[in-house]
Amino acid sequence: MANVRKRLGRGGLYTLVGSFAFFGAFPFYWMLIATFKRDHDLFNPVANPFLFNEPPTLDHLRLLLFDTHFPTYLANTFWVGSYVVVITLLAAVPAAYSLARWAGGWGETLGIGIFLTYLVPPTILFIPLSRFTAALGLQESLWSLILIYPTFTIPFCTWLLMGFFKTIPKDIEEQAMIDGHSRLGAMFWVVLPLGISGILTVVVFAFTLSMHEFIYALTFISVSAKKTVSIGVPTELVRGDVFQWGPLMAGALIASIPVAVVYTFFLDRFIAGFTMGAVK
Amino acid sequence: MSGARAGIRDQSALLAKLMIAPAILYVTAMIGFPFILAILYSLSDITTGDPTLRLVGLRNFRDILADSVFRLSLKNTFFFAIVSQVLVILLSRIIATALMKEFRGKWLARFLIMLPWTAPIALGTIGWLWMLDSIFSPFDWVFRWLGLLGTPGALLGPQTNLYWLGVPSLAMASVIIVHIWRILPLATVIQLAGLSSIPKDLLEAAEVDGATPWRRTLEITIPLTLPIVSIAFLFGLVFTFTDVTVVYVLTRGGPVHSTQVLSTWTFFKGIEGGDLAQGAAISLFLFPLLAGVAALMLRMARKSEVV
Repeated sequence: MANVRKRLGRGGLYTLVGSFAFFGAFPFYWMLIATFKRDHDLFNPVANPFLFNEPPTLDHLRLLLFDTHFPTYLANTFWVGSYVVVITLLAAVPAAYSLARWAGGWGETLGIGIFLTYLVPPTILFIPLSRFTAALGLQESLWSLILIYPTFTIPFCTWLLMGFFKTIPKDIEEQAMIDGHSRLGAMFWVVLPLGISGILTVVVFAFTLSMHEFIYALTFISVSAKKTVSIGVPTELVRGDVFQWGPLMAGALIASIPVAVVYTFFLDRFIAGFTMGAVK
Repeated sequence: MSGARAGIRDQSALLAKLMIAPAILYVTAMIGFPFILAILYSLSDITTGDPTLRLVGLRNFRDILADSVFRLSLKNTFFFAIVSQVLVILLSRIIATALMKEFRGKWLARFLIMLPWTAPIALGTIGWLWMLDSIFSPFDWVFRWLGLLGTPGALLGPQTNLYWLGVPSLAMASVIIVHIWRILPLATVIQLAGLSSIPKDLLEAAEVDGATPWRRTLEITIPLTLPIVSIAFLFGLVFTFTDVTVVYVLTRGGPVHSTQVLSTWTFFKGIEGGDLAQGAAISLFLFPLLAGVAALMLRMARKSEVV
């Protein structure tokens, strides 16, 4: 009897988990199958849309890679992301260390203050910032994005890193200073190497946050060759009113895969840092 | 001895300030200053064509409050954010509870459940746009195949398609579903962190003492995970509340503004329409809610420190 109930429980568990996995993954399956379907098959309202009714084709991929700016979008996204990561690290690592180590009452308040600026949304900022970029002559330039994206990466990453640094015991630095390192030297040679997993997490997240960003890029960039992948795919693969669904889905899928792989490795760490900072 | 100590301490205080300075300067210049500018713009008549700042008082706020599209988008913003986040919290608790158990293929299930969080929002939403296509939607195909759609007297109507994004109620449901799809992975992981922080012996002791599963949930699991669940809820609320992408890509606010939200309306008015002043005024309506969320988070941060 207990055995039967257990087996029913197992079945229920698999059904439950399976349906959520299906909900999460189905859109990606839909992108995958559209990527390789012939147009005639793709735009057939009668045939089973979940299967290939005609032999698969590479036409959509070919069009995406050779007849659109898609490779340029990927390159633009990569460069913007890389610069944003560097700027974020330069500002967030020292700030987080300072807050984690020397923070008395004012530090705690300041830390929370920096984190709360993350809650001031792009929706409020993009109108004034559009005047900023105009005044600086950065319209239609990727530099405008590189300048602006740290508005959401710095607060978030400072918060994350603060949590990581707090987990490194103070004794380690004190020992390093007794061994002849200066205060700064102890931080640089001893604490940073220990905090490397936190720093890597921040690199991954600053990069993906800038890759996912949509509204600033949409506001500041309209020249096709300057677009990032997040706005390039939805705006440039629509000719007039015609959505080129095959290439669109191929582009969406290709841009999602690398992040999916990287996130799988970093998600646990990120959440550890996230909750460490939020709930002591 | 004490002199050397004071020296290090002084140096530390100076270092502390120097090291935090770049972040503070950047945040002040790129978030603080634009935020004040947004307030100034909302009190002016600035447009992209005429970028001089002339203050006109509260005229913009009077104008937008009289605008029925604005009132609709205010209502939609709350509706979408609250409905999707309540569902997200319930669903993520269910998945997290399931994922706490050991079973074969768990890593695969976890990977698939987490996928939506990894795709750039705009591109994930593009995938949904194709799934909700007015003619080729796979949902419509399944309904037709089951005989629920497209035949006279069918449950969902005799027409061949539901027109997901063409009917106000279905378009609103679509926006909410895409928001849920998008936020669920993050909420699940936060819930997992919460559930695994509960000491096992506490639950075992309660079981030995004869507490039913229901009582264990109500009196141990829920109270102990409440802080972390509130964080997940507040974050999700901010994400959905301020998101432009889903509505912009899926419906552009349509049909006839039925899915318009504050953030998309800001974009259409302020950037596409060029009326920076009104755009800024509309966006500032987001602020009271965000300030509320900030206050709650501060209170929780203080509380968890005291305990």
